[in-house]
Amino acid sequence: MIAIIDYNTGNIRSVINALARMGATDCMLTADADVIRRASHVLLPGVGEAGTAMNELRSRRLDTLIPTLTQPVLGICIGTQLMCLSSEEGDTTCMGIFPTRIVRFNDDAIKVPHMGWNTITQLRSPLFAGTDEESYVYYVHSYYPELCGCTIARTEYGVPFSGALMRDNFFGTQFHPEKSGPVGEQILRNFLAL
Amino acid sequence: MLSKRIIPCLDVKDGRTVKGVHFVGLRDVGDAVELGSRYAAEGADELVYLDISATHEGRHTFTQLVERIARAINIPFTVGGGISTMDDAERLLGAGADKVSINSAALARPAFISELAERFGSQFVVVAIDAKTTPDGTWRCTTHGGRRLTDVELFSWAHEAQERGAGEILFTSMDHDGTLAGYPCDTYATLSERLSIPIIASGGAGTIDHIADVLTRGHADAALIASLFHDGVLTIPALKQELHTRNITVRI
Repeated sequence: MIAIIDYNTGNIRSVINALARMGATDCMLTADADVIRRASHVLLPGVGEAGTAMNELRSRRLDTLIPTLTQPVLGICIGTQLMCLSSEEGDTTCMGIFPTRIVRFNDDAIKVPHMGWNTITQLRSPLFAGTDEESYVYYVHSYYPELCGCTIARTEYGVPFSGALMRDNFFGTQFHPEKSGPVGEQILRNFLAL
Repeated sequence: MLSKRIIPCLDVKDGRTVKGVHFVGLRDVGDAVELGSRYAAEGADELVYLDISATHEGRHTFTQLVERIARAINIPFTVGGGISTMDDAERLLGAGADKVSINSAALARPAFISELAERFGSQFVVVAIDAKTTPDGTWRCTTHGGRRLTDVELFSWAHEAQERGAGEILFTSMDHDGTLAGYPCDTYATLSERLSIPIIASGGAGTIDHIADVLTRGHADAALIASLFHDGVLTIPALKQELHTRNITVRI
């Protein structure tokens, strides 16, 4: 069973739809610690404001549960940001799974939000098995994870940043695999095969 | 590098697409899901579905259609047409739309933009602006498909929309829409220079040159295209290949 963490954030529907398209129908939207611990895979999706999202996790005591999970865990977008050390958005302390900070795009020469299809490079992780360097994935965000030792994909938008991160059993994408066409489907498939 | 986006626009009435018959082998030319899937498979970067139903039943059917689209399509899609309340937006986002496009309702009540952005986030809110030039040389916004001229000036309105939380501006020149003669590139360039959010160009393209022009000289981030695709004048792969050979970054 795949647990999709339910913490009152938007866009969860599109993740469930994407999993269903791949034939993964054994999904449960849940905030129950026991259900989450028993799941084969855990997804932490989300869009919205980091401070609000982190409060939603805390109020369900999921901020202390998630770092202790041992099965494959995948954050998407805000979900990934909450797995980092901190976010400039709302001056938020996050779960600290990935040793990097979330900062705002701060360059007058680029448009914010970073919205649309951009390339991922320097791919290293089973998450990207079968994914070509310079593949396009879909991004929508105004804050980004800085590069760090856990970076497993890089994207450039004014600055280079972490398009994806990995530490032990924890994975996170800043882009939206559920909206990234066949490339995104392959990445989700790879995650579910872990 | 961030690519320029090519976005087919599909008009839907009572749950059925009203254009788009050129595809060979479509089982049902009116099926918005099948048509959208076909465009997605051809390399569309996003899709826009505009509901042009005039009736309550038509709108209900549209919501059900949005649910089917969300289940089937693996790229982002925007829905628009007649969205004037938070309930409308909530219903469509709940059905799985990635963004809503608002137009007349935003002009009638600008706070609607702020309310949507606060509730759902800026990335959900596309503000569509239809404008035309007036004899004094200024651009004024129109409503009701260009039939009603307002006093609202284009650049100040676009800026206000951004400040209120719009995530993107979809600008159509009613002077150019349907002419196949190209876009007002200088106006797009000015918009792009004055705003910090992405601009989508719409209305006026007749050739690949026009599209290339608005994406380079006009600094538009995306081009919304309807009849050129629906009528089979252009295909997405051919367009993208040609843009690529002109050093415009596209997802191929």
